[in-house]
Amino acid sequence: MRAKEVKRVRSPEDLEALRDSIVSRRDPNKPCITVCSGTGCHAYGCESVTEAFIDEVKKQEIEGKVDIKTTGCHGFCERGPITVIHPEGIFYQRVTVEDVPEIISETVVNKNIIERLLYVDPNTGQKIVYERGVPFYKKQNRLIFGNNGLIDPTSIDDYVALGGYSALSKALYDMRPEGIIDVIKASGLRGRGGGGFPTGRKWESCRRADGDVRYVVCNADEGDPGAYTDRSLLEGNPHSIIEGMIIGAYAIGSNQGFVYVRDEYPLAVRNLSVALRQAEDYGLLGEDILGSGFDFQIRINRGAGAFVSGESSALMAALEGRVGEPRAKYIHTVERGLWDRPTSLNNVETWANVPLIIERGPDWYSKIGTEKSKGTKIFSLVGRINNTGLVEVPMGITLGEIVHDIGGGIPNGKKFKAVQTGGPSGGCIPESLFDTPVDFERLTEVGSMMGSGGMIVMDEDTCMVDVAKYFLGFLEEESCGKCVPCREGIRQMYHILTDITEGRGQPGDIELLEELSRVLRDASLCALGATAPNPVLTTIRYFREEYESHIKDKRCPAGVCKELIHYSIDQDRCNGCGACLKVCPQHVISGQKKEPHTLSQDECIKCGACYEACKFDAIVIE
Amino acid sequence: MVRLTIDGREFEAGEGSTILEVLQDNGIEMPTLCYHEALTPQGACRLCMVEIAEGDRSRLVASCLFPVREGLVVRTNTQRVIQTRRMVIELLLARCPNVPAVREMAEKLGGQKPHPRFELSDEDCVLCGLCVRACREVVGIGAISFVNRGTVRKVSTPFDEASDVCIGCGACAYVCPTGAIELEDIGDTRRIGRWKAELKLKRCKVCSNYFAPEFQLEYIRKFAKLPEDFFEVCPTCRK
Repeated sequence: MRAKEVKRVRSPEDLEALRDSIVSRRDPNKPCITVCSGTGCHAYGCESVTEAFIDEVKKQEIEGKVDIKTTGCHGFCERGPITVIHPEGIFYQRVTVEDVPEIISETVVNKNIIERLLYVDPNTGQKIVYERGVPFYKKQNRLIFGNNGLIDPTSIDDYVALGGYSALSKALYDMRPEGIIDVIKASGLRGRGGGGFPTGRKWESCRRADGDVRYVVCNADEGDPGAYTDRSLLEGNPHSIIEGMIIGAYAIGSNQGFVYVRDEYPLAVRNLSVALRQAEDYGLLGEDILGSGFDFQIRINRGAGAFVSGESSALMAALEGRVGEPRAKYIHTVERGLWDRPTSLNNVETWANVPLIIERGPDWYSKIGTEKSKGTKIFSLVGRINNTGLVEVPMGITLGEIVHDIGGGIPNGKKFKAVQTGGPSGGCIPESLFDTPVDFERLTEVGSMMGSGGMIVMDEDTCMVDVAKYFLGFLEEESCGKCVPCREGIRQMYHILTDITEGRGQPGDIELLEELSRVLRDASLCALGATAPNPVLTTIRYFREEYESHIKDKRCPAGVCKELIHYSIDQDRCNGCGACLKVCPQHVISGQKKEPHTLSQDECIKCGACYEACKFDAIVIE
Repeated sequence: MVRLTIDGREFEAGEGSTILEVLQDNGIEMPTLCYHEALTPQGACRLCMVEIAEGDRSRLVASCLFPVREGLVVRTNTQRVIQTRRMVIELLLARCPNVPAVREMAEKLGGQKPHPRFELSDEDCVLCGLCVRACREVVGIGAISFVNRGTVRKVSTPFDEASDVCIGCGACAYVCPTGAIELEDIGDTRRIGRWKAELKLKRCKVCSNYFAPEFQLEYIRKFAKLPEDFFEVCPTCRK
């Protein structure tokens, strides 16, 4: 909703007065029910939970005595919908519409805890009452993400109340543009989109480049399978990104910014649009920002769904209205970018770091992390892991800590096999390298990369050749097709990997994959092609014996590749319950009740239904 | 002017020129399939890759795009360059095993046959994009463009429909390195099958020969502000 009468903020004093008036209107002891409204919780039905709260408050006649707020993503998507009752911070998970009346009457009114809605630590069996006590959050350092759970993303007042836009005020009134760049340089902030280029240096090159018009761009074209960090930031705390962009624009000398966001992120587009309008209404964006004389506009451009458009030069082509295809960047985009003007393109998460650094200073920031990787990084922790969700960790934390301590380990007692970082062009890191810290250089050393935040956990039931094939398949479809190595090279690599997984692998295939990988790295036009071999190279490096099993023995050790496995029934374990017989779509299982069953191979389509159905581990995959 | 070294020899070149331009100006041959001096370079075929030194390290760059600079050290024939070019042409050969131009290039670069492990297609187009650029940049029409992405990328008219803006000039067919664009004049009609274009030809008032598509002549006449009857007579008879 557009505020009808908004007083424009014309000075730092105005901003502080506004903040004071917002805070003074709010009673910190008034109960507030926050319902996570991130994308994960939406999938669990948070909208109807919120509506139920609103109805129930009316029904129990306590309107005005309790606030109900929908917030951005809390990160612990595995346990959604998440509801936190303030001021105590009581953490309820997997909340349903049926739970709502009890939460109001018991917890909000009578201050009693409802035990069954608490999170139970699977390792200790202990019930945890407060959000801060949940082990998932304990090892995190939620600098960028922390406010997501506290603010309604469509309320600029919520953001201002928590100190929002004070970094902008400080930048515009107490700092010179060059000084801001120095601070960002000193902080050690590096690009969170994957490349890890020092942000301060990028800004400095852009500021110094020839030209009178400059642009800043926010890259929100997050397209890695399984990654949704940028999405949750845009959805949950859009003002932090806007504030970062305005500070960056002032430092660089730009009056026009763009956010290139996937159209597949409707909530992000909506919340960002609302936030932009509110910031303009308050005089924090547009002309004469905070009365400083600095003008800056932001436009939203919605992407049409091409993964390659996340590549900076392709993104700029798309912004210009052309097909999103990369060009050679022998002349950098900071010199000649959007419409051939100096352009600084930074990722969503990078922008969100900026206000924090300005506010708290580079010394504070650079204390977090490793020697060359500073601050925190947000990952989408997904795959075969107990605690699926978004995690924000200090740089330097080890992969093992993320998987075990935050992720809560692997479900169903399975063994861990590998973790894939960096999106489709990242690499698969084995358990033996679990002590690898989250650090740009170290992740590259082990053959992977930081990427934009995907972290996919794989267990022992994962075939690494199949994984490599999956990512190459993704990239084959998403390559723009402009240059030969990427278009034709990925195609041939995919073809060879398909052969290997289907029993047609040949001696020399591994070496050919390695040679093709080298050519793709050396000769591709952009980073998509140059990094595409990473999943193949790392799986060969760490799981070579799996490739060899497929090629030489025509065997898939993980039991995944259909053409190389067959199902049978262990006669000693089968007790003839008939569960497998019932689910088999091919009717290839036979046997008398309470007698061991048999499976005929001929018509078996290896769908795995019998394996899933058997409660006695009698179905064997070989 | 900047000075640079290519394969140990010193060269002088104008600022802003590319490595490939310097090579061609000095008569040094460089394999390419997507370059034409009249068109904006694209760096699509990756055959003109050369190795440049950067401190202790080196990297491969497309010479058609890389701007020269003072002190640049370029090597065009290292093992890395040769192996890369050979693999690139083998990849193209797997796409177009029956295109003579590709086979000739492969022979020149030492990769006569596509790798036996590669999956073969039978395409006649290498997707160099010369036709697209010629139509847009030189003719100024833009009747064709790339459509789709990845392995299913192709050149076509909008929605694969018969083009209503193609003037039938044949610039696309002229620049095509593989002969994939066929242009034929039969009777009073010019046909470019690939773009589903059929254009009526103009007959010369003097010799009665068909000499160019009416649409093209009209386009040129308006563009150059020529009198209405200018193309009633063919260029040959006008002499």
